Amino acid sequence: MPDPIISIQGLDAHYGDFQALYGVDLAVEPGQVVAVIGANGAGKTTLMRSISGLLKNKADAIRWQGRPIGALRADQIAALGIALVPEGRLLFPSLSVEENLIIGGQLGRKGPWNLARIYQLFPILQERRNVPATALSGGQQQMVAIGRALMSNPELLMMDEISLGLAPVVIKSIYEALPDIVGEGLSAIVVEQDIAKALSVSSHVVCLQEGRVSLTGGSGELSRDEISKAYFGV
Amino acid sequence: MDWINAIIQGALLGGLYAMFAAGLSLIFGVMRLVNIAHGDLIVLSAYVALTTSVGLGLNPLLALVIVVPVMAGFGYALQRLVLNRTMGDDLLPPLLVTFGLSIIIQNALLMGYSADPQKLQAGPIETASVNLGPITLGVMPVMVFAIAVAVIAGLQWMFYRTALGRAFRATSDRQDIAQLMGLNRAHVFGLAMALSLAVTAIAGVFLGIRTSFDPAAGASRLIFGFEAVIIGGLGNLWGTLWGGIILGVAQTLGAKINPGYQILAGHIVFLLILAVRPRGLFPRMDG
Ligand SMILES: Nc1ncnc2c1ncn2[C@@H]1O[C@H](COP(=O)(O)OP(=O)(O)OP(=O)(O)O)[C@@H](O)[C@H]1O
Ligand SMILES: [Mg+2]
Repeated sequence: MPDPIISIQGLDAHYGDFQALYGVDLAVEPGQVVAVIGANGAGKTTLMRSISGLLKNKADAIRWQGRPIGALRADQIAALGIALVPEGRLLFPSLSVEENLIIGGQLGRKGPWNLARIYQLFPILQERRNVPATALSGGQQQMVAIGRALMSNPELLMMDEISLGLAPVVIKSIYEALPDIVGEGLSAIVVEQDIAKALSVSSHVVCLQEGRVSLTGGSGELSRDEISKAYFGV
Repeated sequence: MDWINAIIQGALLGGLYAMFAAGLSLIFGVMRLVNIAHGDLIVLSAYVALTTSVGLGLNPLLALVIVVPVMAGFGYALQRLVLNRTMGDDLLPPLLVTFGLSIIIQNALLMGYSADPQKLQAGPIETASVNLGPITLGVMPVMVFAIAVAVIAGLQWMFYRTALGRAFRATSDRQDIAQLMGLNRAHVFGLAMALSLAVTAIAGVFLGIRTSFDPAAGASRLIFGFEAVIIGGLGNLWGTLWGGIILGVAQTLGAKINPGYQILAGHIVFLLILAVRPRGLFPRMDG
């Protein structure tokens, strides 16, 4: 087995007195897509926020290519090549579509992604590049959010429920872009509530339930029963 | 003709008020910090200019070359070492800390310079004027106004056309997501305060050339700055210039009626505008 690009061991997370994650383990190998699934409130977004440095962790709970990074600030994590497409998109309303993309690339990391490539992937964004980002439709905003994350040329791309609140055809078109994206050799963590979708894009699944890992395994190897038990806890 | 003259003088004075306001507006816009010490920082800048111009035998206008970077550096350090520790979801702690800072600055100035009024001596340019028909314009007020327009235009350009401005707007929109873009919030805030105090330094030097000042002179400058920001509409830099002009005109017209009415007239116009247009005359259009 190759060394994981990121490995998480015994990760806890708290909001004040409330503990949201309990000893979560997760590893992603280079080029691998790992799906994180779980019901509402299971802790998926909390896990993303912890990895990206928005929540403080113990330094050695998260290792990046072997190096402890759990205590770094969010901007330092981003500089390593870890990008998040946050739940709810969270674009910058004062910035145009193009400015949202440019600021995603402001770290100046080298790699295949630049404005032209993003516009090739999502041509509609080029047409609308000068409008305020939040004037776009939900699906188009999601494309900006994905483009913004790609602009940093990440080695690990994390996507938190990119299909949330979008029409099925839009979800389909966004997921159709996914092979192009991970085809560039980056690794990804995909958070989804839609189990079928999650299994179809990933090689490995981690299921969270009330802040704990309730199941892990190869995406093709787990049975429906195992998954729904781990998912709903029944 | 007297009245027209008063309006023109007031409008020119408004340029100075717009510079008081621009620094205040900038840091509120970027980090939602209400800087109660802003007026005292303007006065502090005037004292820094006094010391450099007297100490080095420089004209205070040339002293700007020193005062602006000194105040900008002070602003960066102040933000990183003190104010950033108080920043969070709650607006109150930074407000209280800047209130404390205001008192500290006033007392430090009192100890260092005594309560005697001081003035910056810029030489013959202070009294130079040009005649345009029946109207006489002072060279200094025209220059201050032109610099204020240039400062506002420069800030506008910086905000909407540069990477730094993009970082400011993104941080203002969503601090946490801006960090995911690799922006160190503490540094961005430091830069915003540095820029704010650079503008403040310019304002302080021209204040000190225009009128005498003493360690307690900051409070009313803070109020004028606030009023210009609110009249113009929060987050709109050109609106802030208009806010300054309206305040300046109100004050000089008030003084024309009765010298005692100068400040009062400004406050009354401010309250009237606030009553009619609570979001100011030019609320921000974008976003
Ligand atoms: N800012 C917060 N303050 C306090 N508790 C929070 C906060 N954010 C999330 N929680 C709690 O932490 C737990 C995990 O929430 P999280 O958002 O990580 O779940 P999730 O798996 O992403 O859910 P969803 O599928 O609805 O997005 C929930 O019980 C939630 O109520
Ligand atoms: Mg979530």
